[in-house]
Amino acid sequence: MATQNADSHGLAHVMSKRMLIGIFLALVALTWITVGVTKVDFGPTVNLVVAMVIAGIKGILVVLFFMHLLYDRPFNMVVFVGCLVFVVIFITLAMVDSAAYQPSIDPYKTPEGLIKAPAQP
Amino acid sequence: MSDTESTKPGHEHPAHLAHHFDNPQQQYNAGKLGMWLFLTTEILLFSALFCWYAVYRAAHPEVFIYAHKFLDVNLGAINTIVLLFSSLTMAWAVRASQMGDRRTLVITLSLTLLCAFAFLGIKSIEYRHKWHEGLLWVSRYDPQHHDTHEGHETAHTQAATTPAAVPVVAAASATTQRDAEGRIVETLVIKEPAKDLHVGPTGVVETWTEKHEMTQGHAAKMGESPRLAGLFFSIYFVMTGLHGVHVLVGMGLITWILIRGARGEFSAQYFAPVDSVGLYWHIVDLVWIFLFPLLYLIH
Repeated sequence: MATQNADSHGLAHVMSKRMLIGIFLALVALTWITVGVTKVDFGPTVNLVVAMVIAGIKGILVVLFFMHLLYDRPFNMVVFVGCLVFVVIFITLAMVDSAAYQPSIDPYKTPEGLIKAPAQP
Repeated sequence: MSDTESTKPGHEHPAHLAHHFDNPQQQYNAGKLGMWLFLTTEILLFSALFCWYAVYRAAHPEVFIYAHKFLDVNLGAINTIVLLFSSLTMAWAVRASQMGDRRTLVITLSLTLLCAFAFLGIKSIEYRHKWHEGLLWVSRYDPQHHDTHEGHETAHTQAATTPAAVPVVAAASATTQRDAEGRIVETLVIKEPAKDLHVGPTGVVETWTEKHEMTQGHAAKMGESPRLAGLFFSIYFVMTGLHGVHVLVGMGLITWILIRGARGEFSAQYFAPVDSVGLYWHIVDLVWIFLFPLLYLIH
């Protein structure tokens, strides 16, 4: 049998009811905020950043509390954060790469977003 | 082997402990690490789709600004709340299993399952609506269905859309026969750079179809549909579709632990299946937390 800590029910941390409901209410509030903020115009970039920051906070709440990662063994956190690092590398490099090719695509675009033939030399 | 071990004095050996683990704690930790490793593969799987989204949104922002208006923010927000609530009940179920509270476990898991049904129900309403409106992936994107009830040129629209299945050359020649008004020359010009850009054959026909209908003054009623507007719906259906498949799998897993939980198989010393299914369900929720603003809340 595993040795038991005085403050735990055996194998892992038990989340209190108050914490569970509190996190849920925070998530609902953030959802409400992110929907409301869309109606305010900060410019396309800022609006996207705000939406992603709110989604990020919601994600952190879910992972740390609903998924118990905050109370988990640290190595699981290393695995998860390591994964996120690779996701960031992956998406960033893909976007940098496609942005590098954009100048060779732009001559084909018209203001309406339609493709046209480039001027013949 | 486990029999001889369990007969040793002072060495309790519960039925749920696999013989290659020293104790339940070690088994639990190993299982949890395995689950987290699996979840990273899930995150990486979805990250490929988020990458797809990011690259195309950066390249064609007008497509996303135009097309997201067809999504119902209210339905999306309700689904977000439904999934968040299901995450709460799932986390509560894990708590109940840790406390050995069978009744609460069954109730919370049933609630989670109910939320999953509600989520898919709302999702199917959204899918059906898009299907009727012709708001589909690039090769099937045909929002002209919108205007059919307004009458004129329905047959013409049908005719213009039909060649989408046939090769580019055939589509071009069909236009030539239909109406020869200088527009044909434009059509041919459109195709050449599209080929150079390695847009697939369906993409080329798409370009032609939209351009063709635009010149008829038909698409003007819709507002300006940018080139490749169907791209948004390709991304929408693949991302929400894969997410929906995960919800379905999650429902199967929840049913499984619901049955086992009702039989009283879980206790403070053995609740790893509930815990792992919970982690999986939270990842499904996590993906939706990012999908919702990216698809529904584009400014």
